[in-house]
Amino acid sequence: MKRSVVSLIAFAIALLAEPALAAMKVFACEPEWAALAEALGGDRIEAYTATTALQNPHRIQARPSLIAKVRSADLLICTGAELEVGWLPILLRQSGNTGIQPYTPGYLEAALLVPRLEMPTVLDRAAGDVHPQGNPHIQTDPRNIARVAVALAERLAQLDPDHAAEYRARHQDFSARWQAAIARWEKQAAPLKGITVVAQHKYWVYLFQWLGLREVATLESKPGIEPSVSHLETVLTTLQKDPAKLIIRTAYNDARPSEYLAEKAKIPAVMLPGTVGGTEQARDLFSLFDDTIHRLLAAAASS
Amino acid sequence: MYKRTFLALGLASLPGVVQPATAGQSELEQTRTEMREMRQAYETRIEALENRIEELEARQETPAAETAAPAETPAPTAEPAQGTAPTAANAFNPAISQILEGTYTHAPDGTRLLPGFFSAGEIGPEKRGFSLAESELALSASIDPYLYGTAAIALEPGGEVAVEEAYFQTLGLGHGFTVKGGRFFTAIGYLNEIHQHAWDFFDAPIAYQALLGTEAAGNHGEDGVQLRWVAPTDTFLELGAELGRGKDFTSNDRNKNGIGAAGLFAHVGGDIGASHSYRAGLSWLGAWPKDRGSAAVDLDNVEVLNLFEGDSYVYAADFVWKWAPNGDPSYRNFKLQGELLWRDEHGMLTYDAEGASGGANRSGYSSDQLGGYLQAVYQFQPRWRAGLRGEWLHSAHLDLGDNAETLPDADHDPSKYSVMLDYNPSEFSRFRWQFAYQELTDNESDQQVILQYVHSLGSHGAHQF
Repeated sequence: MKRSVVSLIAFAIALLAEPALAAMKVFACEPEWAALAEALGGDRIEAYTATTALQNPHRIQARPSLIAKVRSADLLICTGAELEVGWLPILLRQSGNTGIQPYTPGYLEAALLVPRLEMPTVLDRAAGDVHPQGNPHIQTDPRNIARVAVALAERLAQLDPDHAAEYRARHQDFSARWQAAIARWEKQAAPLKGITVVAQHKYWVYLFQWLGLREVATLESKPGIEPSVSHLETVLTTLQKDPAKLIIRTAYNDARPSEYLAEKAKIPAVMLPGTVGGTEQARDLFSLFDDTIHRLLAAAASS
Repeated sequence: MYKRTFLALGLASLPGVVQPATAGQSELEQTRTEMREMRQAYETRIEALENRIEELEARQETPAAETAAPAETPAPTAEPAQGTAPTAANAFNPAISQILEGTYTHAPDGTRLLPGFFSAGEIGPEKRGFSLAESELALSASIDPYLYGTAAIALEPGGEVAVEEAYFQTLGLGHGFTVKGGRFFTAIGYLNEIHQHAWDFFDAPIAYQALLGTEAAGNHGEDGVQLRWVAPTDTFLELGAELGRGKDFTSNDRNKNGIGAAGLFAHVGGDIGASHSYRAGLSWLGAWPKDRGSAAVDLDNVEVLNLFEGDSYVYAADFVWKWAPNGDPSYRNFKLQGELLWRDEHGMLTYDAEGASGGANRSGYSSDQLGGYLQAVYQFQPRWRAGLRGEWLHSAHLDLGDNAETLPDADHDPSKYSVMLDYNPSEFSRFRWQFAYQELTDNESDQQVILQYVHSLGSHGAHQF
C-alpha cells in the first residue's frame, strides 16, 4: 500500500518535472517576435506567442496559461514601450522565473532597439492612451525587424553558447534574404509613395514612414478610444478638404467603423494583417510584408 | 575636443596663481586632488552634452518624428530615452496610482445582523446617501534586483488612513517560487485577492461578509508571509501556503507569539482554444481565535456582544471562466465566476460578555455554515457591461449549547440578488449602477440602489486574471 502511494507520488513528480528538453523555450508577447525567433533559432528553439494577430496586445489579460508559459521560458521577447503594461508585469512577478526578469539576458524589449516615433512631449491621459516611450507598433516597418533580429540572434547565442555559431550563421542568412526582400518591397510599393490614407488606430506610423504614405486622419479620436459616430463625421469633413485614397485597419480592429466610413467617403477600406497570422497569406515574416504590400497595391488600384 | 583641452589648461593654471608660496606639501596635494575632481566633473558634463547633440541629430534624421519632442521642451519624463532601459510600469519610480471612488446609496435603514451567523459586523451597505468610498493610493517598484515592493494605502472618507496591503515579493528565488512578506490579501477564494475597485459589483458577496467577516467593500487581509510555487507544467498549477498573525476575522488580532492564522491554496488554470480561459481553486483558512467578538441580536431583541474561543476553519472552492471572441476582450467578453465557502467552527461561546441583556454565559458552540455566489458579467459593447449575481447562505449545523435559550437559531437561509450595469469611457474610468434585492432574515426583505464611480489616475496598473 505504502509503496504504491510512493510510486504514485514519484510518478506525479516525474510528470510535473517534465524532462529537460534540448530546445530553448522562447516566450514571445506578439506573433512577429515568435516568427523572428523561429527564423533565427530553427529547431533549436520552441517559440510560444502570448497573443495572436486577432488580439489587441494592449488589452489581453494575465491569463493563468501565460504565467505557466513564462515560468518555463528561457528567453522572453516583447515589444515593450508599455504595449504589454496591463499584463506582462504580473506574468513576470508571478512566474518565479529569475532568468527572464528585466535586466537579465533572458529579457528582450524590441522597441528599445529601434528609433521610435510619436514620442509624447507631455504625458496626459486627456490625450488618450499615450505611451511615454512612443508608438509601440514598430513591427510594421521591416527595417525595425532587421534591427531586432541583430539583438535577438546575439541573445540566442549568449543563452545557448554551444550553438552560438549556428545562430549567427542563421542570422547572416536571414539578414541577407531580408535585405533583398526589403529592396523588393520598396520597389513594389513605389506607386504607393505619397498617397493619403486614413488609419483606424495609430498602428501604422512606421509602415507609413517607410513607404511614404501620408496619414490624414484616424478613426479613433484619441489613441485607444473606440471610434464614435460623431468623430467619424468629423473625419468625413476632414476628407472633403484633404481626400484620402484608402482606409486602413489591422486584423483585430472592428471592421464596422472603417466599412461605415468607406461607404460614406466612397473610398476602399483595406484590412492589413498587422502581424504574422493576421491573414491567411501572412504565414511568416516574409509573407506578412508580401501580403501587406499586395493588399495596399490592390486597394489603391481599385480606388 | 580642443575646447576640453583649453578648459583643462585654464583650470590647471588657476591653482598656481592662488597658491600661497608658503603652502605645505599636503595642501598642494589637496589642491591637485580637487583639480582632478573638477576636471573629471567637467569632462563628464561635456561628454553628456556631446551625447545629447548626437541624439538630437539622430532624431532630426527621422522625418516623421515631427511629433517628437523639440529639444527645448523639457518633457516630464526627462530624456525621452531611446536608450537601453526596459519599460518600467511608469517612467517614474515608483509607479504611483490613485483610485477615486464614490457612491450614492439608497437603502432602508436597519441593523443587518444575520441571526445564527457570527460575523465581524453588520452586512453592508455601511453608508446611505452620497459618500466618498475609500481612495486607494498605490505605490510599487522594484526594491532591488531581488525584491519587488508595493503598498496600497486606503484613505478613508472619514479621514482615517489604513494600510490595505504593503508587502515585498521576491523576484530572485527562481524554480517557480515566490515569497511575499508583509500585509497582503489572504489567498482564500477568488475575489479576495482582487482589490475592491476592480470588482464587478460594488460590494463583497454576503458569504464573504458573514463567513469571512469582511467589510461590505473590503478584503480579508493578513500580516505574515506567503509562499507560492508555480509548477513547471503547460497547464497552470500553483500551490501556496501562508502564516500570519490572524489580524482579521475569522481570527482576532491579539498580542501573542507564534501564529494566529494559516492558509493553504491550490490553483489550476489554462486556455481552451483561443477564446476560452479559466482558473479554478481550492483554499483553506485556519484560525484559532480567543475572545473574538461578534455582535448579535438576542431573543429579547437586545444587541449583545458574544465572544468565541476555539477553532475556525474556512474551506473555499472557486472558479472563473472567461470568454472573448478569438481571445480579444476589447469589444465583447463574458465572465462567469462562482465561489463556495464553508466555515466549520467549534469551541466555546460567551453570550453577552458586556452584560447588556441577560448577563454573560459561557457554553459549548459548534457550527457548519456555507455560502456562495454565482455571477455573470457580459461586455456587450466596448464601453458597456451588464452583470447578474445570485448569493446564498445556509446553516447546515448550529449548536449553541445552553446559549440556545438566549440566542436565535439560524433557521433562515439569507439570499441576495443583484443586477449591475456599468459604463466605461476608457480603461481608466467607470460609472456603475447596481440594484440589489435581499432577504437576510425571516420577515425582512429590502432593496438597494447603489450608484458608483471608480476612476484611476496615474500609472497604468496591471490586473490579475
